[in-house]
Amino acid sequence: MDVLELKRLCREIRMDVVRMISAAGSGHPGGSLSCTELLTAVYFTQMRVDPANPKDPDRDRFVLSKGHCAPAYYAVLAHRGFFPVEELGTLRKLHSRLQGHPDSKKLPGVDVATGSLGQGVSLAVGMALAAKHLKKDYKTYVVTGDGELQEGQVWEAFMAAAHYKLDNLTVIVDWNGLQIDGRNDEVMSLGDLREKLRAFGFQLMELEDGNDIKQVLAALNAPVEPGRPKCILARTVKGKGVSFMEDQAGWHGKAPNEEQCRTALEELEASV
Amino acid sequence: MKMKATRQAYGEALIELGRENERVVVLDADLAHATQTLLFKKEFPDRHYNMGIAEANMIDVAGGMSTAGLIPFCSSFAMFGACRAYEQIRNSIAYPRLNVKLAMTHAGITVGEDGGSHQCIEDVALMRAIPGMTVICPADANETREAVFAAAQMEGPVYLRLSRSPAPVLEGEMVKPFTVGKANVLRDGADAALFAYGYMVGQSLQAAELLAAKGLSVAVINMHTIKPLDTACILSYADKCPVLAVAEEASMIGGLGEAVASALLTGGRHPRFVSIGVEDQFGQSGTVDELMREYGLTGEQIAERLERAL
Repeated sequence: MDVLELKRLCREIRMDVVRMISAAGSGHPGGSLSCTELLTAVYFTQMRVDPANPKDPDRDRFVLSKGHCAPAYYAVLAHRGFFPVEELGTLRKLHSRLQGHPDSKKLPGVDVATGSLGQGVSLAVGMALAAKHLKKDYKTYVVTGDGELQEGQVWEAFMAAAHYKLDNLTVIVDWNGLQIDGRNDEVMSLGDLREKLRAFGFQLMELEDGNDIKQVLAALNAPVEPGRPKCILARTVKGKGVSFMEDQAGWHGKAPNEEQCRTALEELEASV
Repeated sequence: MKMKATRQAYGEALIELGRENERVVVLDADLAHATQTLLFKKEFPDRHYNMGIAEANMIDVAGGMSTAGLIPFCSSFAMFGACRAYEQIRNSIAYPRLNVKLAMTHAGITVGEDGGSHQCIEDVALMRAIPGMTVICPADANETREAVFAAAQMEGPVYLRLSRSPAPVLEGEMVKPFTVGKANVLRDGADAALFAYGYMVGQSLQAAELLAAKGLSVAVINMHTIKPLDTACILSYADKCPVLAVAEEASMIGGLGEAVASALLTGGRHPRFVSIGVEDQFGQSGTVDELMREYGLTGEQIAERLERAL
């Protein structure tokens, strides 16, 4: 898939995100829109997966540690062929496979359930460690939020990733700078993330614009330093692609009404 | 009588299990000497992962490993494994129903001198409350081995509650086949039925002996599986004994006593009921014998409570 196709796909996914959340009447548009390129690039250019065989033991693994951004994840999985795109309309409905946060018991393609922040990186470390243990060559990708890095467990997991030399693990930080209650550094300072992540042993790659698919691809394609986990620290914009949602903490967990949905879809339609 | 701690038996059983099943891996959080997973590490250094003093991460790493088909046994003290990492167990093991075995040692007050900060009396209530969690507390060394093998054979999360202090190893007729969810009647009786698990099984047998000397016939039932509860066994004893009792070395709040009481009332049975356990209070430092007496959990004290009820 070339860059233009990926850009168009990201636009489709953003439109799905807006439609899904609007129809559900609740959900998390801000972070779903900020991580769209990150998820799309991983699933459409990196991962060895077969939607017809979602439990293939040799498949690459993905963990959405920031599980509240499930709408983006579901849209990516649907477009990748794990389930029908039409099913996206069932988000957050009773008996839907598309739970408010990803449920691996229900939805094919979801490698593990997430939603409680701070735990996905540990789960991904476990998957990567299992690959080493079983001498399998599958790769594990995990997307975490920046606010999520306030959870101490994430740093426990980072320590373990370095200790066990998990060069089959890629941690992607969706660094949009915002969390529910406001800017990260007003809520709880993250400090110098670059230095912290380097000090924890990562091969660190910083992206000035994590919503630029080319930058994301370059980082994902960059060769791995043997014996070190990779971390892509991706500067993104929360609410990316919808002008009134961009860089607004207020759109962390709020559904657009019908009019806002229409406006958002028009804007997205006109992009790319 | 031979004495052995269930944590010791756990470490030994892991080696045996590890030889039979190469999918078994063990994770510990810097307590491998105390939990006895060190025994497994000595034989299988490449299958033992020390995750450092970071229990929350350990639980979820085990979860991730299980998704690749491994069978992780995760160990720490009950206080840190079951309490500190509770939400990890709930959301990243039980909710996705991952195949992780949580074998936590040093449960209850029989931790002894380390004191109340390390005496986990809440784990039974916590683990019972999680949907789909199997909760097992073996009474002795042999049963621990059976429980370890049974846990490995089952698909899904299992909590194994293990003790620091040596407990009597049951012999002869007391050795029963182990089936998850099926209580074992260790001795029958008509006047009262006493349900116990773990360290309290030995104390309960002693209580039954003391009462037998006074002409009272007390059944002792080993409820090694606290969840799922063997309700049929409980109701059958309600139909033949006027007094039912529960003895547990855990908080009475949310423990087996409440589970049995609920099963009785729901089943329309109303026997006289005696619940023995740690009341709404924390533990403290002391020798195991001193603590057992302090909290009213010795065989003699159980016998006294039952005699009064009879």
